[in-house]
Amino acid sequence: MGTEPLLVARGLHKRFPGVHSLAGVDFDVRPGEVHALMGQNGAGKSTLIKVLTGVYPRDGGSITFEGRDFTPSSPADAQRRGISTIYQEVNLIPTLTVAENLLLGRAPRRWYGIDWRAVRRKAREVLAAFDLRIDVDQPLGSMSTAVQQLVSIARAVDTDARLIIMDEPTSSLDAHESEVLFGIMDRLKARGLGIIFVTHFLEQVYRVSDRVTILRNGALVGTFPASELSRLDLVTHMLGHAPEEPGPGTSPAEKGEPVLDARGLSRRGLEPFDLAMRAGEVVGFAGLLGSGRTEAARLLFGADAARTGTVNGAALRGPRHAISLGMGLCPEDRKIEGIIPDLSVRENIALVIQRRLGVLVSRAEQERIAREYVEKLGIKTPSIEQPVRLLSGGNQQKVILARWLAYRPRLLILDEPTRGIDVGAKAEIERAIHQLASQGLAVLFISAALEEVARLSHRVAVFRDRKMVGEHAGLSLPEIMKVIAGEKAPGGEQRGAA
Amino acid sequence: MRSRSFWPLVGLAALLLFNLLFTPGFARLELRDGRLYGTLVDLFQNGAPVMLLAIGMTLVIALGGIDLSVGSVMALSGAVAALLVTEQAQPVPVAFAAAVAVGLLAGAANGALVTYGGIQPIIVTLVMLVTGRGLAQALTHDQKVRFESPAFEYFGNGTLLGLPVPMLVVAAVALLVGLALRRTVLGLYVEATGGNPRTARLSGLRVDAIRMVAYMACALCAAVAGLIAAADIKEADVANAGLYLELDAILAVVLGGTSLTGGRANLVGSLIGALFIQTLTTMLQMKGVITEHTLIIKAVVALAVCFIQTPAFEQLVRRLRPAAGAGA
Repeated sequence: MGTEPLLVARGLHKRFPGVHSLAGVDFDVRPGEVHALMGQNGAGKSTLIKVLTGVYPRDGGSITFEGRDFTPSSPADAQRRGISTIYQEVNLIPTLTVAENLLLGRAPRRWYGIDWRAVRRKAREVLAAFDLRIDVDQPLGSMSTAVQQLVSIARAVDTDARLIIMDEPTSSLDAHESEVLFGIMDRLKARGLGIIFVTHFLEQVYRVSDRVTILRNGALVGTFPASELSRLDLVTHMLGHAPEEPGPGTSPAEKGEPVLDARGLSRRGLEPFDLAMRAGEVVGFAGLLGSGRTEAARLLFGADAARTGTVNGAALRGPRHAISLGMGLCPEDRKIEGIIPDLSVRENIALVIQRRLGVLVSRAEQERIAREYVEKLGIKTPSIEQPVRLLSGGNQQKVILARWLAYRPRLLILDEPTRGIDVGAKAEIERAIHQLASQGLAVLFISAALEEVARLSHRVAVFRDRKMVGEHAGLSLPEIMKVIAGEKAPGGEQRGAA
Repeated sequence: MRSRSFWPLVGLAALLLFNLLFTPGFARLELRDGRLYGTLVDLFQNGAPVMLLAIGMTLVIALGGIDLSVGSVMALSGAVAALLVTEQAQPVPVAFAAAVAVGLLAGAANGALVTYGGIQPIIVTLVMLVTGRGLAQALTHDQKVRFESPAFEYFGNGTLLGLPVPMLVVAAVALLVGLALRRTVLGLYVEATGGNPRTARLSGLRVDAIRMVAYMACALCAAVAGLIAAADIKEADVANAGLYLELDAILAVVLGGTSLTGGRANLVGSLIGALFIQTLTTMLQMKGVITEHTLIIKAVVALAVCFIQTPAFEQLVRRLRPAAGAGA
């Protein structure tokens, strides 16, 4: 398509205290194209979108939209001027009807107020253009997520958007629903709209995108035609070239006793998988965000209910059951599910072990355990009575780790234990994992930082598009990347030298 | 670190000091017939029901819930006990046991609807507020039930070692719950669940059971408070017993520094809060303020004390301080 670009951004900069979130990014969107925006967490995708839509002012660079300078003061301003954003969570009002949502704030009026009959008629017309035949008088919240998503897109198009930004629109859709959305994207394209498509699903990038722009650490890696970009290149560009380091490669010296035997675990949005682990083994889950790695870990611990499958021969009843099987979980989001912010370091550490200490609380015993782990893990806190919310992220993570270690589990699941913490604390946590494994603890380790996974794990299970696609021992980093990109046939168990 | 009961205690101390200085006869205590008399004793005697309610309410609020039904449970428990000793001619211990059992049942219903029904606590207990008093009125045919029973009355008016029995009951319940909170896992589990229920679940706590225990304990306290209230006036007055006391109890807990969003249980603070409310009420009565004005003054004081504990107030103080320094 040789037409003039719809949107041109040159040399965009955005700084936050201590972070250079966007460092001179160039980006453009042509009319009638779907432009995928890719990058890991923290690569700068969200910041770019927020700068484009007026959530943040830019610190440097220029944006032109339809040939004119574009400096929106707010998302509403951007929308008025033709750029609409569809977020992952539908940002309409679920209790209002479909028609009300579609025409909210711009309903046809007559002298007596809103002309409801016209509202309904208009809503039906708009949806008909999308082949969407639903009752516009039903509350939006009663519709499936896909329909809600489509309604918000319909609203965007109807408010005369020429550029639509879709921020992970498919993350809560199933395959069929996604396909419906793609069909609509194709039609919007044909009408000459520009679409910025943010997703973590590789398949979908190739299904709908014309071009792909990749960001890493706030910088532009490049913009490529989708047809000329191999999957491996895409993944490599996203993750970056890490220094080649030999992983442990070998399995633990002597095979420990089996601690985990999970079979056929599945839920909505995750295909069945098996996993067996032995004492002293470190297994890494690798895959892009949204690939299903976190969902799989949560099923193993009973944090979410599985639709099918067993763990150690029984269907899990919940975390309490998993804990009695000797498992522990440091969840992905430590603020939401990890710490109890107002409780002290001592209380946070004692939380799980207390059931073993008995109904009567011995403050002295709690203090002894808390002190032991504060020292062992090097938790920096003025006192064990300090509320845990006042600690730094890395120290909070160590408190959660201490909570589980005090319980002496046989299998510890660590979901992104090193995310958002400083380099020093990262190294300490990695060291702790290594040491624990050598003492016979089985560790399941999930991280978006692939080099970490490769470095720490004896075996790596790779997830792609909500499916465990293979389990490999002794893979190098580039090889893991290939599996993530789907260029290597998933060969199931491929054991390295044992 | 400053104790969490600091501000409530300062408030109570200031109020008591004011009364000792400006309310004649406030500090007078005398021993007559082996019983201590005086305004300070009356504070505990009259404040006993609200203190009991505040104890139970602390548990529920620390879990991030609320119980609006305690006043109605008081009325129900008083009615059940009064009917059993009069119409059924049952011995007092049986009547008390039945009243407490009814209270527990109400608490279990609250807890189950919140926990397993997934309904918001404010709705569940609002329904119980209506149902409980309605049930009491149905049982008594909306009549006051007078009783002549020295054993029953002793619970409200009696003395032991010179101290009023209700005061001793409050002390015993407070001690029991305090020990349960500080010396058993209950405290840790309640505060963990209130502070972050998702973490509590992932840590293997029986979050559901903990919620049930809290609502049942709260209703149990209300049932005991209902017995004291009935014993005090020798009748079960279903229309008025415990009326609006849930509001005093919630206020006492909030004054005492337990946050309505849950997370920390400050039992001592709640007791201080309840005493604060009772002191204020007594003071206004002694000063001859008419009831309508009493309510308004109470409201203003309560708002002021709550405001003192907000971050907004802290900021205000911080902003005023340097300003004052610069002006000097």
